[in-house]
Amino acid sequence: MSPLQKVAAIILCMIFALMVLATIFVPTPYARQFRDVPNTGPSTAHPLGTDALGRDSLSRLLYGSRVSLLLAPAAALLSTMIAALLGSAAGFLGGWFERIVLAVTDLSLALPWLFLLLTVRAMLPLDVPPMVSVIIAFLMMGLLGWQASVRVICAAARGVRDSDFLLLARSSGCRPARLLLRHVAPNLRPLFYAQFWISIPLFILTEANLSILGLGVMEPMPSWGNLLRGFENFSMLGANPWRLVPLILLVIVVMCFQLVLPSQEVTQ
Amino acid sequence: MKVFKHEKTAKLFRRALRRLLFFFCLGIGGALFSATLVRFAPGYGVQERELDPRWSTQSIEALRQKPALQEGLASFYFHYLSALAHGDLGESDSLKRPVRELLRQRLPVTGNSVAGGLGVAWLAAALLASLGLASRNWIYEASSTAFSSLLLSLPSAVVAMLAVHLRAPIFCAISVVVFPRLYRYVRSLLVRSYDQPHVLAARARGIGSGAIFWRHVLPVAAPPLLALFGVSFAIAFGAAIPIEALCDSPGLGQLAWQAALSRDLPLIVNVTFVVCLVMLVANSFADLAGRVFAGNTQ
Repeated sequence: MSPLQKVAAIILCMIFALMVLATIFVPTPYARQFRDVPNTGPSTAHPLGTDALGRDSLSRLLYGSRVSLLLAPAAALLSTMIAALLGSAAGFLGGWFERIVLAVTDLSLALPWLFLLLTVRAMLPLDVPPMVSVIIAFLMMGLLGWQASVRVICAAARGVRDSDFLLLARSSGCRPARLLLRHVAPNLRPLFYAQFWISIPLFILTEANLSILGLGVMEPMPSWGNLLRGFENFSMLGANPWRLVPLILLVIVVMCFQLVLPSQEVTQ
Repeated sequence: MKVFKHEKTAKLFRRALRRLLFFFCLGIGGALFSATLVRFAPGYGVQERELDPRWSTQSIEALRQKPALQEGLASFYFHYLSALAHGDLGESDSLKRPVRELLRQRLPVTGNSVAGGLGVAWLAAALLASLGLASRNWIYEASSTAFSSLLLSLPSAVVAMLAVHLRAPIFCAISVVVFPRLYRYVRSLLVRSYDQPHVLAARARGIGSGAIFWRHVLPVAAPPLLALFGVSFAIAFGAAIPIEALCDSPGLGQLAWQAALSRDLPLIVNVTFVVCLVMLVANSFADLAGRVFAGNTQ
């Protein structure tokens, strides 16, 4: 690990710790409205001011970070698990199964990611409680975000398929399922980790885009995407620079994730 | 030699034919899939009138007995496909206009923005990567990488809001989203090509840097760069959704967003289907061009 990667990892750990301990630091619940002080600047009661509805911005930022930073890794875990299952099975078994999996993957990769998400989101009810919207966003990203990883994992599994240790295991009577789980999967583990890490910043940005468009996490539940919706009035930011904090935090987190990603040899 | 060239052309022709057949099958498969999505989506056939408390139970029941809901699945698919064969993509539920007409109006708007955005992004990525290779200066490398990482960390919706604030054209916003993704790949492809032994040998023989780039580096890097061109189309179209939606540009991205917000399934499914076909055609052209280029340079 290079010094830059170490710094990025430390920053990420600090932000995650802050997020986990959000309940200790937050002055008020994220949905509580102080109707007498809407759109105020930083003060001792509200260190990052309040929004247009009088809600404490710091509380919303901390809770929003918690939602985004839990949602993205959870979705990345789900998509990596699907990719690991499909990719290693396709690469290991080969033949028509591999061809079908790769054809489906190519087709879904041809479609822009946001178009796919929008189509699926349009099929589900829009008027849902905030917690359900979080689950929908998480499931959508997790269930639809596996395609790029499948190709990489499948190629690696194909490389392992003809190796000596598998030949030995086969000759000693190992069944395909056992071969896959006990011999192929452990050899691909670094690749699974790499794909998991790669997916996290992508899902953080996707959640932000979806929420800004009103199709992600629903109000009053905060998320980075929801908090960035306030940027629609950019001219206001000059007078209230503290409103930039959610964007700065998002950029820092995504950049740190990009920095701590494993080397290209592992990911490609 | 002539026979060899003829064989190569025939091979390319066969490949193009196979692609066309693939597109035809995909068109049928995609249409059936789109029809399935529309037919089985929750709320299919439900009318707003059913939610109006003034309508009696008998009237609502009569509304539900309409032919579209009663027809069998095979008949539904048949009607959908035959309408599609005549170019009828159905009618938008929310805009009450034919989907075909909407696509005809919106596709050129997005096409222009995407083409402009891709042009600027490719130019900037190629220029910056070439300058980096020519200078081989670590400060330049570090600053350009940091700049592209910063742009890569911005959600495209934020770029769109910034474009609205700065009154920048849509294609500029699209190029800002596409550029950092292209820059990384273009740079690494060029670096890899420059590190090839034959380039080193050419340098040792004192060949000029321009000649090295055009004759030795570009032919090696061109096929993957052309493949990347196909991929960049998908990135640009994906970026067009938040950008057009937030910049109020009447393109396909805005249409898809409006359709998603109003759960207009016939519209969004057909928009997605058309975009998917455009992407596949672009990728196939890039793939074929890459093969032709690779074949010519061999």
